[in-house]
Amino acid sequence: MNSFFARRYVITGIFVALCLVLLVRLFYMQIMDDKYLLASKSNVVRRYIVYPARGPILDRHGKIMVQNVPVFDITVLPREVKPFDTTLFCKLLGIDKEGFDKRFNKAVKYSPYLQSVFEKQVPLNVWASFQERLPEFPGFDVQRRTMRTYPDSTAAQFLGYIGEVTDRDIEKSGGFYRPGDYIGRSGVERAYEDLLRGQRGVRNVLVDSRNVQKGSFANGAFDTSAVAGERLISSLDSKLQKLGEQLMKNKVGSIVAIEPSTGEILAFVSSPTYDPNIMVEKGKGNVISAMYNDPYSPFLVRPIQAYYSPGSSFKPLDALIALQEGIITPQTTFFCPHYYQAGNHRVGCEHFDGVTDLRKGISQSCNTYFCNVFDRLINAHGPKNTATTYGAWREKVNNFGFGVKLDVDLPHERRGLVPTPLYYDNRFGKNHWRSSSVISLAIGQGELLATPLQMANIECTIANRGFYFKPHLIKAIGDKNVIKKEFTEKHYVGVDSNYFHPVIDGMQDVVDHGTAADSRIPGIVMCGKTGTVQNPHGKNHSVFVGFAPRDNPKIAIAVVVENAGYGASWAAPIASFMVEKYLKDSITRRPSGIDLHRYMNANLLPPTPAQIKAQKQRQDSLRRLMKDTSRKRTDTLEKPRVQLKSAGNNNRRDTMAKLYAARLKRREDAE
Amino acid sequence: MRSSSANQRGFFFNVDWLTVLLYLILVTIGWFNIHSAVFDPKHPEVIGFDTNYGKQLVYIIAGVVLAIVILLLDNRFFIAFASIFYAITIILLIAVLIVGRNVGGNQAWIPLGSFRLQPSEFAKVTTCLLLARYLSGPNIRITEWKSFLAAGAIIGVPMMLIMLQPDTGSTLVFCSLIFVLYREGLSPWFLIVIALIIALFVLTLLFNQLYLILSLVVLGLLVIWMFKHYRQVVFAVLIGLAISISFIFSVKYIYGHVLKQHQKERIDILLGLTTDLKKKGYNVNQSKIAIGSGKLWGKGYLQGTQTRYSFVPAQSTDFIFCTIGEEWGFAGSLTLIGIYLFLLLRLVAIAERQRSPFSRIYGYGVASILFFHVMINIGMTIGIVPVIGIPLPLISYGGSSLWSFTILLFILVKLDSNRMGTISPA
Repeated sequence: MNSFFARRYVITGIFVALCLVLLVRLFYMQIMDDKYLLASKSNVVRRYIVYPARGPILDRHGKIMVQNVPVFDITVLPREVKPFDTTLFCKLLGIDKEGFDKRFNKAVKYSPYLQSVFEKQVPLNVWASFQERLPEFPGFDVQRRTMRTYPDSTAAQFLGYIGEVTDRDIEKSGGFYRPGDYIGRSGVERAYEDLLRGQRGVRNVLVDSRNVQKGSFANGAFDTSAVAGERLISSLDSKLQKLGEQLMKNKVGSIVAIEPSTGEILAFVSSPTYDPNIMVEKGKGNVISAMYNDPYSPFLVRPIQAYYSPGSSFKPLDALIALQEGIITPQTTFFCPHYYQAGNHRVGCEHFDGVTDLRKGISQSCNTYFCNVFDRLINAHGPKNTATTYGAWREKVNNFGFGVKLDVDLPHERRGLVPTPLYYDNRFGKNHWRSSSVISLAIGQGELLATPLQMANIECTIANRGFYFKPHLIKAIGDKNVIKKEFTEKHYVGVDSNYFHPVIDGMQDVVDHGTAADSRIPGIVMCGKTGTVQNPHGKNHSVFVGFAPRDNPKIAIAVVVENAGYGASWAAPIASFMVEKYLKDSITRRPSGIDLHRYMNANLLPPTPAQIKAQKQRQDSLRRLMKDTSRKRTDTLEKPRVQLKSAGNNNRRDTMAKLYAARLKRREDAE
Repeated sequence: MRSSSANQRGFFFNVDWLTVLLYLILVTIGWFNIHSAVFDPKHPEVIGFDTNYGKQLVYIIAGVVLAIVILLLDNRFFIAFASIFYAITIILLIAVLIVGRNVGGNQAWIPLGSFRLQPSEFAKVTTCLLLARYLSGPNIRITEWKSFLAAGAIIGVPMMLIMLQPDTGSTLVFCSLIFVLYREGLSPWFLIVIALIIALFVLTLLFNQLYLILSLVVLGLLVIWMFKHYRQVVFAVLIGLAISISFIFSVKYIYGHVLKQHQKERIDILLGLTTDLKKKGYNVNQSKIAIGSGKLWGKGYLQGTQTRYSFVPAQSTDFIFCTIGEEWGFAGSLTLIGIYLFLLLRLVAIAERQRSPFSRIYGYGVASILFFHVMINIGMTIGIVPVIGIPLPLISYGGSSLWSFTILLFILVKLDSNRMGTISPA
């Protein structure tokens, strides 16, 4: 037909070839390459995490100690914001125009298409009035979150607090936590994190190109629902806890009360304390850093982290071990000449007790008696075997939970200290130490260190006549009230129950007519032991340990008030109020006339370093003033003399405070 | 009278039903995919002016009516009035520059009530007709410069006017008519040179100029050495080299000064010179995601997530292939391209069976334009040609486009149905 007829094949060939190019490319994209499918999924599917409610914590009577409250964040989606009455908006939220612009620009900068938080944690009343007018502010919304709240504001150190996870937490958890998650940082919140946090859910939502939600992905086939965290029932009695905190207000120290028949901790006071609610409030950063710098270390969990020499409260233990070993009998007597001669030095005794048996030794807290007992104990196998005998003694002490961790269910428990024979070998040289070298251990001084929890635990053991349950703070877990098995096992300390009676007799005497007679509670037989713990850094610590009632004891207690002086004057009355409150739910007038409110209101805080400095300056200027006045006006000598006296007082206080500060610092360093 | 009535009766029998069927299949596929692309549960009605698919159905019905009208017209009508139609479109193309409405940067539409007419779409038809008319004239040899320039002018005038809108896509469509000229005797060198120019352009943008020139020179010298006894070859290679090198130098200039910013960006994205998936590369990237995520069988009708949640812009018009690729998968892509190829081959076959050169040339024009649209449109959605806004024939949403292809096709069907009759150009 045409001379170029053959060209139809060229053209056809080009058509076919180029269509094949398209098909090859499509084959590669649609069949071979998976990346587009993944990209299309990530385009439209947004994974939202559904946060479970964190488990609440109740006290032993079911009163709520921690729960979740809704808080309201105001969010903004800049793309959807339309002109509105900014003046009204600012007035409702209580912010100014500048603040509004700042927040809004931040949100726009983050993304015009994504929702971001405009204002965090608005108060309930603000939320209410804002919610009402929300339709007037297109693009703004209110998002509900939950926050921890503490209705009683008590037991801060026990409960602990939660905080946003750090990068390290995320790494350590192997990616379980995600940025923005909360994790228990201290206390029960940390110890029981696994149970409290619950299980996160996932919601897969479809979104369009403008990030507008379009319903659930695959009808929710890949969604999981959140499982709320377990409810924890604490062993604490919140009334008792509250009283303890009131009593310890403006004092440094702690109270631990345990139910001997279960090991459940009834009160766990660490003073000074803080209101746990401030840890969740807005702008908490400043408050927390201020608390970290507080010289009284409110974050220190004193019941399990503060070290004290047990002092006289250790004496019953001496006696029990000696009785079990057969070193003494209840009738064994020693003569107390007001001191105990240990080698070439003397251990003083507060009283001239004369002939002293066990009961009297305990009730009068006779140092001489217990030094003798200890001396016999350590020399039981001859002076040459001091180290091994001491080692055996140490193990018996360890059995009481002294110098070992009690594994309480809180993080960072400290073990205390009962030195090993090796320690003394290093200090004195091998075989160069005898019972006299370590005689101060007999009266709970020297190297011996214990936490208030350990002291209270010994009282449990005595109250139970020979065993204790692991002290613990969480009594039951979840709706089924599961009790951890380890908390139901008896720990025998290796002293037969019949040996406890004479010791308990002595301890009853302490309260009935001994050192703690002022603290006797009408109608309750309390057994106890006061301790006035020598404190090389300042005023003695006041210690009382005990349990009540004598038969079928319901509460064992240890109270330590730092720098307060005699055990009988502060710790014992405080303990007695606690015991009475727990057993009778009210506090009656004491025959001795001691008054609850005096103890609540007393301020025994040692001065802080800043106060010390100020005092020193005042003192210096006074001194200068005095010099000047004495030079110029010799006729008015009377007044400077008075000031001199007070300056001297200040001076003494000053040294003590300095030492206290040094101790605090050391303790913090050790943390 | 008798022969006339026999002609009338024979008319429907002579219609190439296969082409008509393919046409109907394509518009049906088009409608369903537009439906899917813009489906809005708030407007479930299928016909009406609220939704694009409602409108498209109206357009399709109008298109079918148009096709029947064309089939009822006399063949001579198209031949006789070719020049007049052409003149009308040229006037419209000038008018659109003055009174047209600017949509999306292109002054391509003349508003007619609620409907907007796009003269450039119809210019394809009339240019084809006039080109066929001219080339089928006596003593016209495309190999002669005079004829070649005249043919070039017929194609070039509407191109220039469309370029002024400026609608690059529609302008480039006219380039496809080179196949027609080739079929009618244009030297194959034109095709080869065009292919080489495109290759050189891409290579220049991709590689360092210096290395490119060096390798070209080495290649050239190699060829010269191989054919050193053929003076003509040596001469041609030398000229070719000189032109290529000067072209390479001019590419930077063309790229820097002639092309517009958005055109440069599209080329850059295609060649992978920029990867800005958020802004400039967003369309193509989302389009590729839509098509690639279809896998073998697709996500199913109305189930495409890219489509449903409007990740791809211009989903119902230029990027309609995304919906097909996503919801019907490779199976759908293969079927669609298969249908197009089948139609193209059918058109070539129809063209070749014409006795009249007019019909043949026109047939090739239709095939070339259709081919160019399909290649460029699908190519851009899968990222192998730069984004040029031209619709997918008979599938993309839009009345002007649908009707211009309907007219284009059915004039050929009409010419073909009458191929046995003696038709000579007036």
